[in-house]
Amino acid sequence: MSHNYVAPVGVEGIYIIKTGKWRTQHPVLVEDKCVKCGKCFMFCPVGAIKRENDRYRIDLEYCKGCGICSHECPTKAIKMVGEEGK
Amino acid sequence: MSHVEVMTGNRAASTAACLARPEVIAAYPITPQSSVVEDISKAIAVGKLDALISEVESEHSAMSVLEGATLGGVRTFSATSSQGLAFMYEPYFRASTLRLPIVMAIANREMISPQTLWASAQDSLSVRDAGWIQYYVENNQEILDTILQAFRVAEDKRVLLPINICYDGFYLSHMSERVDVPDQSEVDAFLPQCYKPEHIYLDPDRPMAVDPLTNGDLLMEYRQKHLEAQQRALTVIEEVSENFCNLFGRHWDGCVEAYKINYNTKGAIITLGSMTGAAREAIDRLQSEGLSIGLIKIRVVRPFPKTELRELLSGIKAVGVVDRNVCFGWNTGIIYQEVLAAISSSPSIIHQPFIAGLGGEDITIEMFETAARQVVALAQKKDGPRDQETIWLRSVSEEVDE
Repeated sequence: MSHNYVAPVGVEGIYIIKTGKWRTQHPVLVEDKCVKCGKCFMFCPVGAIKRENDRYRIDLEYCKGCGICSHECPTKAIKMVGEEGK
Repeated sequence: MSHVEVMTGNRAASTAACLARPEVIAAYPITPQSSVVEDISKAIAVGKLDALISEVESEHSAMSVLEGATLGGVRTFSATSSQGLAFMYEPYFRASTLRLPIVMAIANREMISPQTLWASAQDSLSVRDAGWIQYYVENNQEILDTILQAFRVAEDKRVLLPINICYDGFYLSHMSERVDVPDQSEVDAFLPQCYKPEHIYLDPDRPMAVDPLTNGDLLMEYRQKHLEAQQRALTVIEEVSENFCNLFGRHWDGCVEAYKINYNTKGAIITLGSMTGAAREAIDRLQSEGLSIGLIKIRVVRPFPKTELRELLSGIKAVGVVDRNVCFGWNTGIIYQEVLAAISSSPSIIHQPFIAGLGGEDITIEMFETAARQVVALAQKKDGPRDQETIWLRSVSEEVDE
């Protein structure tokens, strides 16, 4: 990838490594079971869970699939599903 | 009008630094550099320099402070030596790979062990591959002039790299010499405060992530550009040297200085730093005897001026390199290896390594005469091996008969 920057910066067009590519499993949030407690948001070690309009959304571009959100969820609303081919 | 002062090398460094008007200075005391930042501290205390000096707890922090300040867009300066430089190694590498135009003086000091305080370029040459530009200078006037030049080179958009000005501890750092000090107005004209970081910066109005986790492909892109900037610096160093000469009347020959070498000269001695003074005397003596030997002083080691050196050595039959440092694993000095790489395409030159002056030992005129006579003898040889075993130049009184 060629660009005009001479020093390592993260600006538009040059992005931070998308750590989602490292994943072997990904979380699936079942909205019906979610009680909006925010534990997954607090525990996610890479900040890949966002709070948007009183809902929680998992950013799969950066989620490494560690499963901590699923482990901490009090209502078992987050399931871990294996990535195909991995 | 400029004026003349008698000053130590450290004083010359601090005087130059103050004239360049850095806005942030951070350093940790270490012999033989300490008085550089003591002087700057004093200049700030009495109101001669408007700058912030950060008294950090280590060299690692000193370099880190300068990196943050430079990212903020200000001119910065520091000074260190030996173990201090070693302790700074991790942020030292980052300063160059973030392409930050920091200027740092190094009063060269031997690396321990054994415990030592005295001169050797072992400290700065050991980090020659960390991406900085490195000048090595011969006298106190050259310290002052080169620090001023360094800010111009570092901040040039074609370069954008940090620079070391290296000078031998005690031989220069604590020795007094006549130094011509330019006026502030002259320096302001040569060095306008125009550094505005556009390639990497910390600015709330223009947010960017600095130094993010970067994949190998992108890293290779940055390294390639960094290496290219080092090569462009060869031209910029020459340009700035010329420009400095036009304004101040002193010419330091850019990257390499040839002393008494012409198309006829058969042998050459190569030096670095303060030892060059004694080498000049020895060359004068031997030329007066009719021997065909000249001198080359390497002034810039990174980027290495290979093309210029090759041209200077094009008619030479034998070359001797005197190193005040060692290259472990090669049984030679470091500059010898650098010269060897540069002349690898010149198969006829015989090359002779010398090691001298470690730990601040004096490299005498007589030692240079011994070295130069050896090179002259090699230049007269018709055949034989091109590479010679290292000759250690040690004082006669220290030698023990076995």
